[in-house]
Amino acid sequence: MQNIMIVGVGGQGTLLASRILGNVAIQAGYDVKVSEVHGMSQRGGSVVTYVKYGEKVHSPIIDKGEADIILAFEMLEAYRALPFLKKGGKMIVNNQKIDPMPVITGAMEYPENIEGKLKEKVDLTIADALSLALEAGNAKTVNVVLIGIMAKNTNIKYEQWIETIKTTVPEKLLEVNLKAFDLGYNH
Amino acid sequence: MKQLMLGNAAVARGAYEAGVNVVASYPGTPSTEITENMVKYEDVYVEWSPNEKVAAEVAIGASIAGARSMSCMKHVGLNVMADPVFTVSYIGANGGLVFCVADDPGMHSSQNEQDSRHYAEASKIMMLEPSDSEECKEFTKQAFALSEEYDTPVFIRLSTRVSHSQSLVELNDRENIELKPYEKNIAKNVMMPGNAIKRHVVVEERIKNLRELSENSPLNKVEMNGSKIGVITSGISYMYAKEALGDSVNYLKLGIVYPLCEDLIKKFCAECEIVYVVEELDNYIEKHTKALGLKVIGKEVFTLLGEYTPAMIKKAVLKEDGAPSVEIEEQIPVRPPVMCPGCPHRGVFYVLKKLGLTVSGDIGCYTLGAVAPLASVDTTICMGASVSAALGMAKARGPEFNKKLVSVIGDSTFMHSGITGLVDIVYNKGNNTVIILDNSITGMTGHQDNPTTGYTIRGEKTNQVNLITLCKGIGVENIVVADPFDLKNFEKIVKEETEREAPSVIIAQRPCALLKSVKYTGHCKVTDKCKNCKMCMKIGCPAISVKNNAVVIDTNLCNGCGLCMNVCPFEAIEKEEN
Repeated sequence: MQNIMIVGVGGQGTLLASRILGNVAIQAGYDVKVSEVHGMSQRGGSVVTYVKYGEKVHSPIIDKGEADIILAFEMLEAYRALPFLKKGGKMIVNNQKIDPMPVITGAMEYPENIEGKLKEKVDLTIADALSLALEAGNAKTVNVVLIGIMAKNTNIKYEQWIETIKTTVPEKLLEVNLKAFDLGYNH
Repeated sequence: MKQLMLGNAAVARGAYEAGVNVVASYPGTPSTEITENMVKYEDVYVEWSPNEKVAAEVAIGASIAGARSMSCMKHVGLNVMADPVFTVSYIGANGGLVFCVADDPGMHSSQNEQDSRHYAEASKIMMLEPSDSEECKEFTKQAFALSEEYDTPVFIRLSTRVSHSQSLVELNDRENIELKPYEKNIAKNVMMPGNAIKRHVVVEERIKNLRELSENSPLNKVEMNGSKIGVITSGISYMYAKEALGDSVNYLKLGIVYPLCEDLIKKFCAECEIVYVVEELDNYIEKHTKALGLKVIGKEVFTLLGEYTPAMIKKAVLKEDGAPSVEIEEQIPVRPPVMCPGCPHRGVFYVLKKLGLTVSGDIGCYTLGAVAPLASVDTTICMGASVSAALGMAKARGPEFNKKLVSVIGDSTFMHSGITGLVDIVYNKGNNTVIILDNSITGMTGHQDNPTTGYTIRGEKTNQVNLITLCKGIGVENIVVADPFDLKNFEKIVKEETEREAPSVIIAQRPCALLKSVKYTGHCKVTDKCKNCKMCMKIGCPAISVKNNAVVIDTNLCNGCGLCMNVCPFEAIEKEEN
């Protein structure tokens, strides 16, 4: 079974990423469960989505120490999710930093050198997904860039991913999204 | 081909396939998407009702009139609709009648963690509990059939992880269900003592019959794996247990949580040496099992609080630890939800905080007005309580206290249950000031229309409830409409209205920044006129922070709403077009 956790800040587009991932796993013939968060936490709070696929999936959620891959849209959220990574798991992190309210109000500091701390402990890929998204032609494709980076680390074939993006993304945004995916995939 | 589907969408699909005709609900996380998904099906009448009680009554009326009907709500919404529910239990159902309630263990988006299963028992209404999306669809179809067969409303109970998880669902066609004939039946449909006394007898008989049904129903499943350990469970807890314990234990998975299959439970317990009851929230199944004289282990090893996980169950039952994990070696800042950049509520709370008022709060995005740095809201209880609780506060502490007191309530929440509180203020000579936060939409649950928006759930234009005429009709003479981003004027109005010795309503009008019709452009920028006074930090905008002791605005987050420019005393913030 593959356990993938997508973490970020409400409003960053993590839900679309989990939809693409869920759909590609079905098309590859797996049983799939995706667990999302709706409602209050979506308002700029920490958001966590679980995507699990394999022969048979029971629980839609992932426990500590059980994620094969953590895909993080934001640095602090990556750090927060660290205890969920499986021993030998892979972490893919967008280098964006968004201050949470305790940092904005000055009650706490944004942790320093998260990249270094994560690197010490886990197999880490850091990406400037926003630059790649802009290179693809649309800042909003950050999520697809990150999906691209992750795709390379799964057992699902490249063609399958392309096929799924074609069926998930609206026609007029297809080209830019395919470009974003490739930029991520070849990162 | 099977489709990946949200549990909530699967309930909607199940209702559609079962030939449902009428669905009426009020939005509430985690139940909202059930009713939203009904819109996909053109041959169903769907509505957002003003509140859950009204919604339930619409569904009940439709059922009496012969249609298959459904109402969906979150756990606390069930409190609002409890009144008709307890009595329709006596009336029963003509067309199939289903109430779908979604609990929120862990309180992802709720003010309490109540367990709705108690309602099934208290109202003597059958309750089914699915574990994944496929079961959501199938159980919903079954619920309609059982409702008609046994002349009873049927509850479906969901929880956040069932509602908001996607799993595979096989789609079928819609059944062609004719309206049942409507016949006047006073003895069955008019619940006054003489009739209700007789109907209660029917209800008790019905529960006996349903208990018999549940002993043999395929909705309850026994899985014997040759173990001495048995697990009795239902809903999402079954999935967690299955993942944690696999085939190493036997299972009794309850699809019908009321009435419980007592004989089957006895039989299952007799075949196992040790039996655990795994259920989130209250010890509902455990208590009933113990009352049968059976020895089971429940909350001795499981918590009454929050959500469960497979690792938690593994630890409790097999005494095995979960997977090893890398811990974070420092305290890191939490990231609670915040009001969005451009949120109209921010201006309101900035002013209320500045004036040092006591704020009787309500349920919606604006509950976030209790979070630092705005930290303006004093109380949040339930939908509508901001208005009536403020009257209580004023009556308790007198007129001087009342001059420093306001209620804040959203447009949708005011429609839901704020109106009656305002009637109370007028009727009982309160001098309260009520601020209606009119952001033109139901925000927190993800943009649903309501009676004040002028559109139906299907996006069709409709009659719009006018807040001003409504408040006037109630008898409020002082009604002011103001833009909460015009801070000076808004402050002036709040001061005037709180001073006034008469009931007053301030309608703070500015649409939700996430609405497509709202077009803020560009972004704000701090210029070198900045004196570093940090006034702009007081509005708690997530786009504004202090870096190296200087205020900066994150251009990716800022939507150019310009509220910070109104706060800055040195005109040091400017707008830059993209």
